[in-house]
Amino acid sequence: MTGAATRNLPLEDLHKAAGARFGAFAGWSMPLTYPAGVMAEHQHTREHVGLFDISHMKLIDVFGPDAAALLSKACPLDAAALAERQSKYTFLLNEQAGIIDDLIITRLGAERFMVVANAGNAALDEAHLRELATSFNCTINPLDRVFLAIQGPDAWAALSRAGIETGELVFMHGFEPREDWFMSRSGYTGEDGFEIGLPEADARKLLETLLSDERVKWIGLAARDSLRLEAGLCLHGQDITAETNPVDAGLMWAITKDVRANGQFVGADALRAALEKGAAEKRVGLKPEGRQPVRAGAQLFDEAGNPAGRVTSGGFGPSVGAPVAMGYVSAALAAPATKLFADVRGTKVPVDIHALPFTQHRYRKG
Amino acid sequence: MATTYFTDDHEWIRVEGGVATVGITNYAQEQLGDLVFVELPEKGRKLAKGDVAVVVESVKAASDVYAPVDGEIIEANEALSSDPALVNSAATGDGWLWKMKLADEGQLTGLLDEAGYKALIG
Repeated sequence: MTGAATRNLPLEDLHKAAGARFGAFAGWSMPLTYPAGVMAEHQHTREHVGLFDISHMKLIDVFGPDAAALLSKACPLDAAALAERQSKYTFLLNEQAGIIDDLIITRLGAERFMVVANAGNAALDEAHLRELATSFNCTINPLDRVFLAIQGPDAWAALSRAGIETGELVFMHGFEPREDWFMSRSGYTGEDGFEIGLPEADARKLLETLLSDERVKWIGLAARDSLRLEAGLCLHGQDITAETNPVDAGLMWAITKDVRANGQFVGADALRAALEKGAAEKRVGLKPEGRQPVRAGAQLFDEAGNPAGRVTSGGFGPSVGAPVAMGYVSAALAAPATKLFADVRGTKVPVDIHALPFTQHRYRKG
Repeated sequence: MATTYFTDDHEWIRVEGGVATVGITNYAQEQLGDLVFVELPEKGRKLAKGDVAVVVESVKAASDVYAPVDGEIIEANEALSSDPALVNSAATGDGWLWKMKLADEGQLTGLLDEAGYKALIG
């Protein structure tokens, strides 16, 4: 991405007016924080409603007679078994079962699915899907939408006030409430919440109402990261990469037994081999002692000083009130409460293996 | 009478009687955001200009604070151990980082004055 100009969000003017500080992320100029600051923004999301502009992420409409077959080839997923409106967390895998990207796929109709892809991988994902699609009868249509996340315990109430009723929708379900809108009950904070993709003009209208609600505040990327880390959710490119398989990443819960056994997806052989062999490493939560944050890239050691793993995400958890981190350790060291040490600029900071998430999920499952 | 200098690394240096109190500017704390940890230097440590003296950590990132001049640490702001957010709320006051005995007061002439620093941050 060196030298490449960053792209601006369609609603950049609104973020500027709200006093956002911007920074580059995945090729986009993104609001990092607003004047309230990351701590207050994080807490506000847990207590009221956080509004996130996630238009850097890509909505891809996949439709046609073979749409389910294509997605079941591209992902360790039985797309045909999804009920209409059902969403599923899944992956694009390479032949080595490495995670090209993590996605949420929602079934919108008999022959239609919505794929939500990460910003930094969107172009790669699209090319990968198009290449696979040459042997399937279906269309891959990346959409041009504003994409908003509305997260927190009052998210449903704020949307209701804005004329959008959500009562029927439960966690990990999605549908098209209006023409060219896509709304799902999901998110990246561990809180109840929604993600809505919609045309820019509609978004501006909706935001006028939402932002006139005192419970709703813009939240930047910095708090989005601390919220997802406390919730134990992976960031692709950090916690999972094309070199990580779902076995080591502890993400096999996203792949049904039937798909593990019978799925004909890209990377199936490698995934089965990895399962057979067992995880050499495990993804774990890490709780540093004291106040000093332990960050991505820090190496982990056992009590005898032997290499034990590495930190892939780390920072301060405002709701936990202490540093929190995530990383990979040798399978033998992955039991909760195991004591390890992280090397932070030459100092050995004691860390405990900690169950994920750090803050309980508060999803509305029905 | 104390004289205050600035660096283009966004530090302030208040000098009185051969001792410099060093902190980061209000502009710097705004850029960093909420601080959650300050790694303080040990008393007695000798620093050369440009050495990392302190690491300030925000929710998101760790940032180095450099020694603006040569000298020896005589005190670190221990209040920051329990309340790192003092740097946010009072960057040029109670949120100071360390005090150092200057090795060469002549180095101060290479630093910015307030007008020069204001021009730098625009």
